[in-house]
Amino acid sequence: MKIKALTAIAAVLLSAPAFVAADEDAELIVNGEIEMVTKTAAAPHLEGALDEVLSGWLFRADETQSLQADDFDNPGMIFVDQGMDDWGTVDGSEGKSCASCHGDVEDSMAGIRAEYPKWNDTAGEVRTMAQMINECRVDRMGAEAHGYTSAKMARMEALISVQSRGMPVNVAIDGPAADMWAQGKEMFYSRTGQLELSCASCHEENYGNRIRSDHLSQGHINGFPVYRLKNAKLTTPHGRFKGCVRDTRAQTYSPGSDDFVALELYVASRGNGLSVEGVSVRN
Amino acid sequence: MRLTTITLAATLTVAGVATAGTVAPGDVAFDEYGAVEMSLSGAAGDAVNGEKIMVTKSKGNCVACHAVSKLSYAPFHGEVGPQLDWAGDTWSQAELRGILANAKKTFEGSVMPAFYKVDGFVRPGKGYTGKAADGPLDPLLSAQDIEDVIAFLMTLKEE
Repeated sequence: MKIKALTAIAAVLLSAPAFVAADEDAELIVNGEIEMVTKTAAAPHLEGALDEVLSGWLFRADETQSLQADDFDNPGMIFVDQGMDDWGTVDGSEGKSCASCHGDVEDSMAGIRAEYPKWNDTAGEVRTMAQMINECRVDRMGAEAHGYTSAKMARMEALISVQSRGMPVNVAIDGPAADMWAQGKEMFYSRTGQLELSCASCHEENYGNRIRSDHLSQGHINGFPVYRLKNAKLTTPHGRFKGCVRDTRAQTYSPGSDDFVALELYVASRGNGLSVEGVSVRN
Repeated sequence: MRLTTITLAATLTVAGVATAGTVAPGDVAFDEYGAVEMSLSGAAGDAVNGEKIMVTKSKGNCVACHAVSKLSYAPFHGEVGPQLDWAGDTWSQAELRGILANAKKTFEGSVMPAFYKVDGFVRPGKGYTGKAADGPLDPLLSAQDIEDVIAFLMTLKEE
C-alpha cells in the first residue's frame, strides 16, 4: 500500500504538466495588424526546463483575451495616452521634456522594450528600463525620480513598451550580464517564505493548472506593464514580483533592488522569442 | 463538538493509546517513509471541524490546490495536487499526518507547504505582509487542526 501510493504520486509528479488551453490555437492579432507570437520554441538556455514558451495571454479567459486584441478595448491604453502627455511635458531644472532629446517616441523607442534589462557599459551594470527612465529624469532633466513602481513610472514604461509591440523579446544573457543572470536564475528556483514556494513551483512545475480560481501561467513578463483587471491599473514587473514573493509568506525584496533587477533579467530572458505585448490585459 | 473530542480522547486514554499531549513541531517523529504514527495533539481528530479547515481560506485552504468532490459546495478547487476523493483508501492516518506536517519527507521536492513546521525557512515573513518575521513563527495549522483534517480525509473512501 505504502509503495503503491508512493509510486502513484511519483508518476504524477514526474509527468510533464499537461497544458490545456481554452483554445490552443487562439491567435492574438492586435488592431487587426500586429501579429503576436504567443507560443514558440524555448530559448536554448531553457533546456531541461521548458520546451515551449507560452504567453500568459493563452492562459486567460476568452473575454480577457479579446480585451487585448483592440486598443479601443484595452483599458491599459489610457495610461499610454497619459504617458504620451508626460513625454512632451517639460519637468525639472533643465527645462527639458523626454521629447527634447528623444524626439518622436515612435522612432526613438522602437525596439527598446524588447532588449531590457540590458547591460549598460557607462554604468557598468545591468539596467532596467525603469532605471534608465529615472537616470534621464534625475541626471538630464534635473527632475525628481519616479517611484520605482509608481503610476507615473508604469505609464512611461507603457508608452515605451507599446513602441515595440510585436517584436520578439531578445534579452542578452551572456557577456557582462552573465553573472547577474545566474543570480536571477538562482532566485527563480529558490523556495522562499513559510510556504516554501519558488517562482518555478507555480510557473514551471504547475503552469496550466488551476490554483483556486487562477490559471497558472509560465510567468513571462513580455506583457508588462500589464493592466490587471483585479486592481484596474498598470502593474510593473517588480510590483508583481513583490506580490508573488509576499504570497509565499516571505520577506519580499525591494522594487529596484539588485535582487529584483537580477530576477527581472532572468525572467525576461525566459520569454525570449515571445512578442512584446505590453500593455497586456490580465486578471 | 468539544464534548465529542474530549469524550473520544478519554476513551483513547482508557484504551491505553499514548496521549502525551501536544508534540512540538520540532519534535515530530517521521519514519523513513515520512509517516508520523503518533497524534500531534494527543487527541483524536474531529472530522466535522477538519472539513471546515479544508475549505477555509485562512486555515488549511486545501481546496486551493486539491479537488475534493465531497466539498464541491466550496468554489474553485485547484489542480496543483492530487484529487483527494479516495484519500482514506490511498493513505493511512500515519501517512496523512506525515504529509500534512511536512510533505517533503514523503514526496521529495513536493510543492506542498509544510503545515507543522516553524523554522528552516528562507526569508521567513510576518504572515502575508511582505515584512520580515519579527518573532518565532506559528505553524500554518495547529496540532489539533491537523488531526481534525486527517479525521476528515479518512472519511473519503470509495463505497
